[in-house]
Amino acid sequence: MARLPTMEFDGVIVGGGGAGMRAALQLAQSGLKTAVLSKVFPTRSHTVSAQGGIAAAIGSEDPDDDWRWHMYDTVKGSDYIGDQDAIEYMCSVGPEAIYELEHMGMPFTRTERGRIYQRPFGGHSKSFGKGGQASRACAAEDRTGHALLHTLYQNNLKAGTTFLNEWFAVDLVVNQDGVVSGLVALEIETGQVVFVKSKATVLATGGAGRIYATTTNALMNTGDGIGMALRAGMPVQDIEMWQFHPTGIHQAGVLVTEGCRGEGGYLVNKDGERFMERYAPTAKDLAGRDVVARSMIQEIMDGRGAGPDSDHVLLKLDHLGEETIFKRLPGITELSKTFAHVNPAQEPIPVVPTCHYMMGGIPTNVHGQVLTQVADGNDAVVGGLYAIGEVACVSVHGANRLGANSLLDLVVFGRAAGIHIEDAMRQGVGHRDPADEDVDNATARLARWNESTEGESVADLKRELQRIMLVNFNVFRSGDHMRRSIGDLADLRERIARAHLPDKSRVFNTARLEALELDNLLEVAQATAIVAEARTESRGAHARNDYTERDDDNWLCHSLYFAAEAAEKGVRKRAVNLTPATVEPFQPMARTY
Amino acid sequence: MKINIYRFDPDKDESPRMEEMEIDLPEGRDLMVLDVLELLKAKDPSIAYRRSCREGVCGSDGINMNGRNGLACITPISEAASRGKLTLRPLPGLPVVRDLVVDMTQFYRQYEKITPWLVNDTPPPAQERLQMPEDREKLNGLYECILCACCSTACPSFWWNPDKFVGPAGLLQAYRFLADSRDTATAERLAALEDPFSVFRCRGIMNCVSVCPKGLNPTRAIGKIRSMLLSQGI
Repeated sequence: MARLPTMEFDGVIVGGGGAGMRAALQLAQSGLKTAVLSKVFPTRSHTVSAQGGIAAAIGSEDPDDDWRWHMYDTVKGSDYIGDQDAIEYMCSVGPEAIYELEHMGMPFTRTERGRIYQRPFGGHSKSFGKGGQASRACAAEDRTGHALLHTLYQNNLKAGTTFLNEWFAVDLVVNQDGVVSGLVALEIETGQVVFVKSKATVLATGGAGRIYATTTNALMNTGDGIGMALRAGMPVQDIEMWQFHPTGIHQAGVLVTEGCRGEGGYLVNKDGERFMERYAPTAKDLAGRDVVARSMIQEIMDGRGAGPDSDHVLLKLDHLGEETIFKRLPGITELSKTFAHVNPAQEPIPVVPTCHYMMGGIPTNVHGQVLTQVADGNDAVVGGLYAIGEVACVSVHGANRLGANSLLDLVVFGRAAGIHIEDAMRQGVGHRDPADEDVDNATARLARWNESTEGESVADLKRELQRIMLVNFNVFRSGDHMRRSIGDLADLRERIARAHLPDKSRVFNTARLEALELDNLLEVAQATAIVAEARTESRGAHARNDYTERDDDNWLCHSLYFAAEAAEKGVRKRAVNLTPATVEPFQPMARTY
Repeated sequence: MKINIYRFDPDKDESPRMEEMEIDLPEGRDLMVLDVLELLKAKDPSIAYRRSCREGVCGSDGINMNGRNGLACITPISEAASRGKLTLRPLPGLPVVRDLVVDMTQFYRQYEKITPWLVNDTPPPAQERLQMPEDREKLNGLYECILCACCSTACPSFWWNPDKFVGPAGLLQAYRFLADSRDTATAERLAALEDPFSVFRCRGIMNCVSVCPKGLNPTRAIGKIRSMLLSQGI
């Protein structure tokens, strides 16, 4: 292939959500030549949909709140496979990260004293689980993600960040030493393909909820970063761990925040019974999300689901009164009216557990540097590559993320990666020149689609993939179904390799993007299936009906999946970090709420 | 159902055309216009439009439906096509890139012009800056803007002077910072808006208010900016 046009930057961040823009801000403020490359205009990134809050022990609602309590809750929430050094870092610098956002102008809701308003969220407690419910989620009404994302975009404009908006990342360019020297990207408006050369490449591409037929995720959440990393030979970690949010609107899949339950709402079955009292006597509706989701499905399976098909439960809010709902939850009022045709001030909202968040991702250290595993089983840093936010697995969420911890993850590790890159640049890290064939490798799949002349349609294949995942990798999983799905997905891989892109036009060709996204969805789906089948226990969001108990002897560890070897050699394991720097480690205990 | 959709691919077409397409709608469900677009795209993958969150918060899929701007993902067919016919066009007043995709550069440039970030020249405290709930309440109805451009592209003053008139979306954000008790750049912000075009091209037509998918009121914000400018004696 002819040489591609080249652009050069110190740092390129792929993805304009909360993590990407926080990292970009750090770099741009220190004068480095920084670009954010995003397939959508940055304020359209999925962070914008986050509703309820961003967790940190700022002590506004409770002056005694302590980041160590937050750390305990996060470790327990993770079902003990979150890395304790990373969780310690996130929870301890959390308050600082929140104040920075406020100083940038983020419009938080306020308390009577003018401080940032905090609301209760699931799994957050006082005094290491012994002091009752904590109010730790800092909120801007129920539009916290919108407020955060717009504030970060505004501050990046101020800092002079270069935005490559509506550019699609095709693949990473890796040179013969295994160092990442940038990526090949496609400018959507013109169809031009460019080599974007960079001293540091940061994947901040978000999640991949679209592997499921229904999800709270945006249509663009197709796991592009995971696909890129796996094709480049990097591993993914704990990819079997998918969070099902208890309250997706029945059929539409649209999210209603856990903040509804934080403000005093609760779930009822068809008999009007507040069933969570039976499953989690202490925390009730504010138990961990995996616990609440399983309880809901149990109610439905036991015939106590609501509606003509008994296939959902109800979220009751009307007792909170119109004023609280109007003041604290205006966004979900809109969504409920639009997508469920109910006014939550009068009627309950029909809800069902819905795919929401990818706990797994590309393994990194606390600086966001991507890690791989070398022959002796030790970690090794991949040169030139970082990952932050949902696409990364640092890992602060383990097997189950706590509500309001995802936005915190974005800003804390976006900032940390930015700081690390600044340091690396100061120490004189330069460009790493790839060979022409390294660049060609990164254009291979684009060429494949462009040269296709016949075959199945992208839309049909995508629908099939999403159905396989929804049916077989849901809240409860069984070995038989998973094994059959692994075969079906291998089959699907063959078919996708022969699928057809009929529209070869250059300008704003969204059919081509959807084809490239399908490659990524397939990588995520296959990784999920193979690892989920391999983890023979139930932990956090991974609940199997053939292995119903947690197995700390064999599985108190991360799973590690390499695309090239998993089919023959199986899934690798990686140790969980149990050595925080300033506090005693939290030892695994039975997890009850 | 019959749908008329605006088609233009600069690679192939000399000029834009309207294409009539037909699809079967599922019984008993009121689809959103975006669902219909997705069904059309499954039939003809070459149709181009922007979309992402499909819940009315990302602002990608502002289009013109039967003559009215709105977000395709939260506009039900029953509302958009009340007389059984649906015509889909790109947002008016901006150059068309392809099909329903417009070039939003001018729209974003006006947003960038209003200094869309908080300015505070005092050193930040160790914790958050305090803001009383009644001051914070002044930002409601302003900060929620999703930059979908439905309002500015429905505004005749913006169609006429897209390079000089900031337009309803930009002015709503200009007022969002003027109204913020933490912002210290009021004088500079007003000075940048005092020319005859930036604010004063607004003729109070109020198309912006009638189309805003988030129920916001740019005309009211523009009125407040005018009052601030006038009370400063400019």
